[in-house]
Amino acid sequence: MNGDNHIQRMKRRLLIEVAQMAFRGSLIEEIDRLPIKLFPKDGPTSRCCIHKSRRIIHYRLMAMLGHGVEEETDELKRLSEYVAPMQQSQRTDNPILTVNDEACSACLKGRHCVTNVCRGCVARPCTVKCPKQAIQIVNGQARIDEEKCVNCGLCLKVCPYHAIVYVPIPCEEACPVGAITKDHTGREQIDYDKCIYCGKCMEACPFAAIMERSQIVDVIERIKGPKPVVAMLAPAMAGQFPVEFTKVAAAVKALGFDDVIEVALGAEMTARHEAEELLEKLKDGQAFMTSSCCPAYMQAIQKHLPEVAPFVSDTPTPMHYTAEIVKQRTPEAVTVFIGPCIAKRREAMGDDLVDGVLTTDEFGAMLVAAGIELDECEPLEFDRSAESKARGFAVSGGVTEAVQAIGNVADTIHPYLVDGLDKKALKLLSVWAKKGCAQANFIEVMSCQGGCVAGPCNIGNPKVATRRIRSM
Amino acid sequence: MNKLEITICTGTTCYVMGGGNLMQLGESLDAEMSQKVHIKGSPCLGLCKEGRYGKAPYVMVGDTVISEATTEAILEFLKKYFHQY
Repeated sequence: MNGDNHIQRMKRRLLIEVAQMAFRGSLIEEIDRLPIKLFPKDGPTSRCCIHKSRRIIHYRLMAMLGHGVEEETDELKRLSEYVAPMQQSQRTDNPILTVNDEACSACLKGRHCVTNVCRGCVARPCTVKCPKQAIQIVNGQARIDEEKCVNCGLCLKVCPYHAIVYVPIPCEEACPVGAITKDHTGREQIDYDKCIYCGKCMEACPFAAIMERSQIVDVIERIKGPKPVVAMLAPAMAGQFPVEFTKVAAAVKALGFDDVIEVALGAEMTARHEAEELLEKLKDGQAFMTSSCCPAYMQAIQKHLPEVAPFVSDTPTPMHYTAEIVKQRTPEAVTVFIGPCIAKRREAMGDDLVDGVLTTDEFGAMLVAAGIELDECEPLEFDRSAESKARGFAVSGGVTEAVQAIGNVADTIHPYLVDGLDKKALKLLSVWAKKGCAQANFIEVMSCQGGCVAGPCNIGNPKVATRRIRSM
Repeated sequence: MNKLEITICTGTTCYVMGGGNLMQLGESLDAEMSQKVHIKGSPCLGLCKEGRYGKAPYVMVGDTVISEATTEAILEFLKKYFHQY
């Protein structure tokens, strides 16, 4: 569902408004009015009434200010009161996702339904094929007894009129680890002991009920503050905008960042070390090693696949290496990673060298808020540009290619790509770990299908972004 | 025959507000329609200024401005346009 839809548009509009207020320093004075500004009296609404729409906006803004909806103890607390404690909450270990229970539509349990299209035919293959005898004909149409139905889907397959549909719960089906379930009211809640922050539920929900807790205000405050702030642009950023990467770098500086560095520099180091580590581990008799740069995958290892942990590379991520370069150069620098990933925010919370994470859409919103026209920026060459292979980290298969090319292990390596971390892939990794062998010796794992260019907070079309990065 | 010009604004505001996906418009046109139009990107058309960014992304079809443009909205417009002439 990624891409062009009303949810994306509303989210970006809010981000732009918040960024404008943060740049102006008028959040406390203005933010309480924003829900009314967006849904004025007598205007259109996407929900049952404008009051609900406004309240949903209220909670969205709470998340954009960095707070979880679950934190709310007093419904009368105004948004402006959430502005101040933001700076302190920035480094806390709180979950980076939050559920907007006001927005959650409490979808009915994922089930098979008979639609009006049913003609109550004579053959009635649905009643014959159903292994649980869950289908009866009532008033000339098939009816499924939900108590008996096990959602096997046979009736759907055999109906000659396509009269049976499967109605899913999008977020629950998207979650690869079963971390999102209903509470007693039927609304969804996330079990953060299971959640790997991949963002798939967020992308899947058509009501935008799952939100990430933003750091956009915090980053803008830091830019305005006295310390030097350095932007670290993820490899995926090279494909996100319809201009050259050097113009994106220039725009970063125009926003007020003191310096900008590409994370692909760190990716070079990751690739080199990962290659060395692979050779060493294979020599020691280990059958295979997996990559470690995808933060959602690392969360999955920690929370669901402890048996795979010994096979995961110990090499730090490109973000970590890049932050190390920055802090060596300027120890007092504030490091802000900019990329399409929300799990990266979780990784940054556990990394003392990284001070903040901006997602691509938050960065885009800041550009609009500050009135910066990318195409008009004077290209800014990086102090040092990364090898193009290292920029490939953002595209599925690119980590393997970088390890092969930069680490000179093309002859040794037998790669396998996990392109999208779903239930099946998790199972496969577990089986390989338990057997102690796999059909490859280097396994690249990308939580998002297509790689980081298809991350949950992208602006650019993933296919176009891939082409742009490949052609660099 | 003069082709109908479709100008997709690739200014930062339009791009961030969803214009990034409009560049794929050509893939959604049927063969007949593709013959009749010429799609091009353009630097900021200036339509988003003065607080009107909420209506971005903008696309110009001929002389007509389409605000809050989506692929579907453009296709719908084209259908009507060619039906009329």
